Amino acid sequence: MNIVTRRNLKNSIITISMVCATVAVLVPLGLIFFHIMKMGASSINLDFFIHIPKPTGETGGGMANGMVGSALLIALASTIGIPVGVFGALYLVEFGGSRISNTVRFAADVLSGVPSIITGMVAYTLLVVPMKGFSALAGAVALSLIMVPIVLRTTEEQLKMVPGSLREASLALGVPLWRTSLKVTLRSATKGVMTGILLAIARIAGETAPLLFTALGNQFWSKKLTEPIAAMPLQIFNFAIAPYEDWHKLAWAGALVLVTIMFGLSLTARYLGRSRQQS
Amino acid sequence: MPNDPGELTLKQPTGCTEKTVTNETPSPPIAPSKRLNADLVFKAVTAAFAFSILLILALMTLEMVKESLPAIKAFGWKFAGSSDWDAVQGIFGALPYIWGSVVSSLLALALATPLSVGTALFVTEIAPKRFGGAVAALVELLAAIPSVIYGLWGILVMAPWLQQTVQPFLSDHLGFLPFFQGAPYGVSMLAAVFILMIMVVPIITSITKEVLLAVPQSQREAAIALGATRWEMIRMAVLPYGRSGILGAVILGLGRAIGETMAVTMVIGNTPQISLSLLSPAYTMPSVIANEFAETTSKLHASALMEIGLLLLVVTLVINVMARLLLWGMTRQAAGGAK
Repeated sequence: MNIVTRRNLKNSIITISMVCATVAVLVPLGLIFFHIMKMGASSINLDFFIHIPKPTGETGGGMANGMVGSALLIALASTIGIPVGVFGALYLVEFGGSRISNTVRFAADVLSGVPSIITGMVAYTLLVVPMKGFSALAGAVALSLIMVPIVLRTTEEQLKMVPGSLREASLALGVPLWRTSLKVTLRSATKGVMTGILLAIARIAGETAPLLFTALGNQFWSKKLTEPIAAMPLQIFNFAIAPYEDWHKLAWAGALVLVTIMFGLSLTARYLGRSRQQS
Repeated sequence: MPNDPGELTLKQPTGCTEKTVTNETPSPPIAPSKRLNADLVFKAVTAAFAFSILLILALMTLEMVKESLPAIKAFGWKFAGSSDWDAVQGIFGALPYIWGSVVSSLLALALATPLSVGTALFVTEIAPKRFGGAVAALVELLAAIPSVIYGLWGILVMAPWLQQTVQPFLSDHLGFLPFFQGAPYGVSMLAAVFILMIMVVPIITSITKEVLLAVPQSQREAAIALGATRWEMIRMAVLPYGRSGILGAVILGLGRAIGETMAVTMVIGNTPQISLSLLSPAYTMPSVIANEFAETTSKLHASALMEIGLLLLVVTLVINVMARLLLWGMTRQAAGGAK
């Protein structure tokens, strides 16, 4: 009897400590959300969306140039990163199975673990130095390096889920492989592929480190892709470490907008993924 | 619904291909050789994109090695062992940054691992399914928050709290230990450890959760049938089965912690010193790159930062390869594969 009580006691203690661990994980999450909501909501206003930052000492201003800059950087990075990821995944699905495609898969996994600041350094030596200046282009390339492995791996997973009978039916009717691949396999996995792309975009939308020495940031509007460009995460960083109360407010507002966008993207991706599983 | 539900998966494909075929039929049949060519082109194009990943990885490493050669030549092994960092005199030693990175990551991991494994066990083994799913989804949301926002929260909310509450408490009550001495600055090694812990917990938790879900149900049933309590079941049947996978998750978390840049840069204080005290500011490898790379004063300075980057790249590559191998082994085992 004694030993049974002891075993049950031990069981209870450990169960309770697991509950405590979960609470300890959720509390900071709750706090972060709470502060972003509270500080963000109180400092956001129309100016935030239509003005560029005011010089030090003047109140007000917004992050309009950062938002446009971020959108531009994401669009550019996507035009580079999405084709590479999607077509790479098509290769793995259609011609995979060999040792080399396993290597590609492994390399993608490893690449997605490389710190993002390293992709910034590489983009710096490959683009900023030869082009003799920080630019939006270099920033986009750095971001696309982060995007490629994510898009490739998620797309591959989604393409694999397309039933083999579908492809076989197409091939049996004499449709060439490339057409089957693009029009049947890829098309029927569209939703899943979109999920991966949205997740990749959500990931790069908040990336700051690789932009520090590629896109660099800009206090004003950028007119050319070969110029430094403003980006929201960079502005949040600069405003957060500055000693001005006003800039802190802008940073919180920026954080709220950024988090809202990212959660929107994540939820859309989740929704697409779910509706795909049901169909 | 016009289709018979059982044939749903079959009906859709035929509809899809029929369309393609009707598009094809009017055009004259294509010679087989041409068709082969088109497929070959397709293979070549997709292969080029797929192999570009290998190329990117190789190019990255090569480029970093090339750029850090001047510093490697100038300092050799002394680079990793010296703590002098003087951009004006051209003397560079990376020890304080290596120290900061290693200490902050390992401590963060030591705190995060029990919390993550505990949460994953709670989600998979204890909580009702729906509740557990909600908790898991919430924790995964944490992983989606950009690191610059963690940094913002860290520097404006957490650091002041540490400075006013936690650090005075620690130095009052545990001040006799060398780890808790010095003035409370707020921004400190302790702040970096906390923020890193919050950031790696979601990663370790979600991977551990996947690993635990891969443990066969029969294992659990067997343990329960033998009269084990829930904890005994977890200890005897679940944890041993998932050990390599959990280890992989932890190592992956380590890789993330070592490479984390923005949040750490914002809260660690950026002072290149080696101090045992957790209350004093420190510096990490990614932080010094983030702070100095855009404003390097000389070629040697840039090269020294490159060498730190190279070190970081090599360490994270090794860590990732290790973690992936462990996780791959685990999933293959779970899938009932060959080895």
